[in-house]
Amino acid sequence: MKDYYFRAESLSVGYQGKTVIEKIKFGIKKGEILTLIGPNGAGKSTILKSIAGQLAPIAGTVFIGQRDLSMIGQKELAKELAVVFTKRLHTEMMTCEDVVAAGRYPYTGKFGILSEEDYRAVEDAMTLVQVEDLRNRDFTKISDGQRQRVLLARAIAQQPDIILLDEPTSYLDVKYKLEFLNALQQMAKQRQLSVIMSLHELDLAERISDKILCVGGQIVDKFGTPEEIFVPGYIGRLFGITSGSFEENTGNLELEPPKGEAGIFVIAGGGTGKEVYRRLQRERLPFVAGILFENDIDYPVAKALGAHVIAEASFQKIRAERIEEAKGWVDRCDIVICCKNKFGDWDRENEFLEKYAKEQGKRVEKPEKFFHNRQET
Amino acid sequence: MKKKRRYAIAYSVLVALLLLLLGLNICIGSISIPFSDIFRNFTGQEIGETEHNILMQIRLPRALAAAILGGALGLSGYLLQTFFHNPIAGPFVLGISSGAKLAVALVMVFLLGNAVKISSAALILAAFVGAFISMGFVLLMAKAVDKMSMLIVSGVMIGYICSAITDLVVTFAEDADIVNLHNWSQGSFSGISWENVSVMAVVVAVSSILIFCLAKPIGAFQLGEGYAKTMGVNVGRLKVELVLLSSILAACITAFAGPVSFVGIAVPHLVKQLFHTAKPIVMIPACFLGGGTFCLFCDLLARTLFAPTELSISTVTAVFGAPVVIVILLQRQGEKE
Repeated sequence: MKDYYFRAESLSVGYQGKTVIEKIKFGIKKGEILTLIGPNGAGKSTILKSIAGQLAPIAGTVFIGQRDLSMIGQKELAKELAVVFTKRLHTEMMTCEDVVAAGRYPYTGKFGILSEEDYRAVEDAMTLVQVEDLRNRDFTKISDGQRQRVLLARAIAQQPDIILLDEPTSYLDVKYKLEFLNALQQMAKQRQLSVIMSLHELDLAERISDKILCVGGQIVDKFGTPEEIFVPGYIGRLFGITSGSFEENTGNLELEPPKGEAGIFVIAGGGTGKEVYRRLQRERLPFVAGILFENDIDYPVAKALGAHVIAEASFQKIRAERIEEAKGWVDRCDIVICCKNKFGDWDRENEFLEKYAKEQGKRVEKPEKFFHNRQET
Repeated sequence: MKKKRRYAIAYSVLVALLLLLLGLNICIGSISIPFSDIFRNFTGQEIGETEHNILMQIRLPRALAAAILGGALGLSGYLLQTFFHNPIAGPFVLGISSGAKLAVALVMVFLLGNAVKISSAALILAAFVGAFISMGFVLLMAKAVDKMSMLIVSGVMIGYICSAITDLVVTFAEDADIVNLHNWSQGSFSGISWENVSVMAVVVAVSSILIFCLAKPIGAFQLGEGYAKTMGVNVGRLKVELVLLSSILAACITAFAGPVSFVGIAVPHLVKQLFHTAKPIVMIPACFLGGGTFCLFCDLLARTLFAPTELSISTVTAVFGAPVVIVILLQRQGEKE
């Protein structure tokens, strides 16, 4: 752990002597991004406050370089570490430049007058996150995305080595989320800054983080690279997901499957099925899906929503026992929805299945027709 | 650079207005004194005995008191607004003035009843104790209630309670000396002596300089406690300093002029509009100048509008100050939507 720039060892945090989370251990290097994920109220903000020096830790130590954080004075710490909070900032008659310039606080003299160097730092910070155009705009009269970037610029103007952000994407729509995280990533690499933040968006956390800290309940559940964290079944356990599912491989998030006996068999593959599965879920109709390869993009959705999925291993010719299994399910269903118009060499078995269903006197329909008929009645 | 020019112009306007009103306050009255007489008086030349006495014993100390105390009020309002992050906070609406008033009334009645002469310092001390107790209540309320409007409402209630007790004390103290109390408890700049002026000048000057030295941390505090802390401000200490200084200023005003309403809210707001900034380093001197100007103007009207009857100062400040509060509330509402 010694070669990490910013690290915590057996850290316990909480309020008024009451421990919320204990035995926190993590470390990141310069230029790396660490993300805290976990359910609401698990203590992500408490951890951030404690490592920001805002809240005295109950036990354990946070190190910046080789120095103990609690030994660094507030003023000196302000030059090492800057924070961007979630809470909306209400300013009065402050331009965006004023807000960014506030970050120069630790460097200015008794009366806070900005020097040439301070102005340069403000300028650089604004350029880095591309808010130069907002310079003279009133901070309260810009969009949420712009506001968040201005606040990031303020933190950068503080010229820290570490930036902490508490749910920085909370108020942002998808465009601004991506813009903001891009700016953050660029800044971290370019300035060799250590970034620690909490995020709600698991998919984004997986993409932007070098390290992830999973906070769940009393303890830090896991610390590692995204590949180590996003293993099948883990996220569901961490968040205690009971209705619906999260699929770690694809980041696919689905609602819970419809309950009851399946009366519909859906033949699909190659992306023709997922919308049909979801529509059936919306209409609360339990279904069986088949025959899918495990690397098909329909597969994770079918797995999350279907009462049963008949699946063949990836790149494996569909075997006889799968066909038998599928036939068994077709027999038990009244309706077969076939999403495919054309079959390829590798799924002649599905074509066969459709024919089999017709022979058995099942109602075999295309999805459009099926849903149309349902609407009529 | 454009900003700096704006500041320079705004400061010049304020200083010019202040001087102009100071002059008018001295000249205008039941006996009007021409400006040339004032000039002659201060260059050592003879003017009429009556004029000289009116000028030196009544008008000049009163005008100076209005300017100094007005400045203190503006500043105290600005500090409280910053402290509570609330644009309509002020010593009057938060009940701090009324608390000071009650303490002063009690001390006055007690001491006058025992035929002891009251010094300015004793008045300020009593007012400070009263102001501080009220402030304590407001701080407790601030912890309990999250909503800004609730804080103001509780402040107003504290004010009413203190005023009611003060009225009770004044009503039942029928001593001839205490008749003055009635005037004072309504708020007035009349009857200010040179001794009063020198004490208030020292207290207000020292407090104001201390406040000016806090301009930098106050600026950081405007972004909220969280940001202030992470920028290296000792927030705990700053809060204590803000509470103490604003209480001292509010106490000083109340001790000499009684409760004066709305100046604390209206002045910082008007000054912000004039300078188009809320930066403490600009605002602190500007609020002082603005408060002085505002009070001189209101006192002039209070004295002359229905002469020889004098209005209480709060009557006039309310007429000009209350609409400002309404404007602030409407603006805030507009911003939310």
